[in-house]
Amino acid sequence: MQRRTFISRALAAAAVFAATLAGPLPALADALDSIKSSGKLRVAVPQDFPPFGSVGADMAAKGYDIDMATLIAEKLGVKVELVPVTSANRIPYLQTNKVDLVISSLGKNPEREKVVDFSAAYAPFYNGVFAPAGLDIKSTDDLAGRTVGVTRGAIEDLELTKVAPPSATIKRYEDNNGTISAFLSGQVEAVATGNVVAAAILERNPPKRPEPKFLIKNSPCYIGLGKNEPALLEMVNGIIAAAKTDGSLNKIAEKWLGTSLPADL
Amino acid sequence: MHYIFDFSWVWDYGPVILKGLFVTVELTLVGAVAGVLLGILCAWIRTLGPEMLRPPVAAYVELIRNTPFMIQLFFIFFGLPSVGVQLSELQAANLAMIINLGAYSCEIIRAGIEATPKGQFEAGAALALRPLQTFRLVILVPALQRIWPALSSQIVIVMLGSAVVSQIAAEDVTFAANFIQSRTFRAFEAYMLSTAIYLLFAIALRQLLNQMGRWIFPKVAAR
Repeated sequence: MQRRTFISRALAAAAVFAATLAGPLPALADALDSIKSSGKLRVAVPQDFPPFGSVGADMAAKGYDIDMATLIAEKLGVKVELVPVTSANRIPYLQTNKVDLVISSLGKNPEREKVVDFSAAYAPFYNGVFAPAGLDIKSTDDLAGRTVGVTRGAIEDLELTKVAPPSATIKRYEDNNGTISAFLSGQVEAVATGNVVAAAILERNPPKRPEPKFLIKNSPCYIGLGKNEPALLEMVNGIIAAAKTDGSLNKIAEKWLGTSLPADL
Repeated sequence: MHYIFDFSWVWDYGPVILKGLFVTVELTLVGAVAGVLLGILCAWIRTLGPEMLRPPVAAYVELIRNTPFMIQLFFIFFGLPSVGVQLSELQAANLAMIINLGAYSCEIIRAGIEATPKGQFEAGAALALRPLQTFRLVILVPALQRIWPALSSQIVIVMLGSAVVSQIAAEDVTFAANFIQSRTFRAFEAYMLSTAIYLLFAIALRQLLNQMGRWIFPKVAAR
C-alpha cells in the first residue's frame, strides 16, 4: 500500500518535472507575460544586411533593426537579447519560440501572414527614382529625355522598363556598385534603386546626393510576432506609434538611412 | 539529367540580340582599324621614329599590356568623369578597345619591322627615298605580311574581350544575353545563343582577315 503511494507520487512528480522541461507552450502562455517575467526580450535581427543589421569592427551588432529592438525592450522595461538570423530562418525562429519578435527588415506578404502576425510598419523600404536635388523629376513622365541607371534584372529595372516614356534612356548595370558608380560619375542623371542602396551612397557623403523623387514600389518593414498574441501586438504597436510621434523613430531613420521617415509610414 | 529547351522567347528579344550583334560588330571594326593604325604609328616610333617619343610610347605599351582590360575600361568610363572627361558607354568602349589593341599590335608590328633585313632599308635609301617613304613603301607591307596571322589572332582576342563592355551598360551581345537571362531566367538558352553568335562571328572575322591578307599581300596568294 505504502509502496503504491510512493510510486504514484513519484510518477506525479516526474510528470510535473517533464512539464517544466518542456517549457511554456507558446499557445498557452501569453507572450507578453513571459517576456515580462523572464525580464528579457529575444529579438531576431539581421547580421549581414546593412544598414538594418550588421556587425561592426568591435563585433557588436548595429543598425536600424538593432536600434528598434533596443527601443522596444527599453519601453517594455526589459533587457534585449539579440539573436542573429538570416533572412531564410527568421520566421522559423519565431515559429519555434526561439525569439519573441522578428525585427529583421521583414516585408509583408500573404504567405507570411498565414504564419506570423505583423505590427505596424516601423521602417521604410521602397524602390524609387533618386536624383540630385536640382533635377526636377516628380513622376515617370518627367524621365522623358533623361538617362536613368538601374541594376539589370532588379525589380526597379523591370517596373521602370514597363512604364518609362520611350525617350527615356535606361542604362542597365551589372550590379548595384556599377549603378552607384554610374550615378556618382555623372554617366546617368538619376538612378532607380532601393532606399537602402541610396542610403549606402549617402553614407559616403558624395558631391551628388541621391534624393528620393518618386516611388516605384513600396514595401515597408514590419515587426513579426507569433500568431494570436493580442497583448504583445497591442504593446508593440503602441510603442511604434509613440516612437513615430515623439521623433525617436525619425532619429533612427536619419541615423541609418540618411533621410527622414516618409510621411506615409 | 532532363532539360526542356525553351527558345520561344527568341522572337520577343530578337531586336535586343540584333542590336547587341550590331554593337559588337561596330566595336570590333572601329577598334581593329583604329587600333592597328595606332599600333603601326607606335611601332614606327619605337623602331625608327624620333628618339624623344620612344619612352612615352614604351610606357603606354607597358601600361596597357600589364593591366586588365576591364580596369582600363572602368578607368575611362567611371574614372575620367572626375576630371571632366565624360564619354558615353559606346565612346568609352571604342576608346578602350583602340587603346588596348594599339598597345598589343604595336609590339606585334614592331617584331615584324625588326625582323626586316637591313638590306631592305639600304635598298630604300639607294633609291633616294626619304626615311618615312622607305618605311611606308619598302618596310611596312613586308613587315605586316610577316606578322599578319599573329595580328589577326590579336584582333579576334580583342573582339572576344569586348564582352566586358556590357559591364558599363554598353548593349553588346553579352549585354543582350544577360538582359534576356535576367528577364526569362533561361540562362542555358541565352548563353548558348550568345556562344553561337560569338563563335560564328569569330570564325567569320578570321576568314575576313585571311582574305584581307590575300588582298593586301598579293605575293602570298601567288606563291
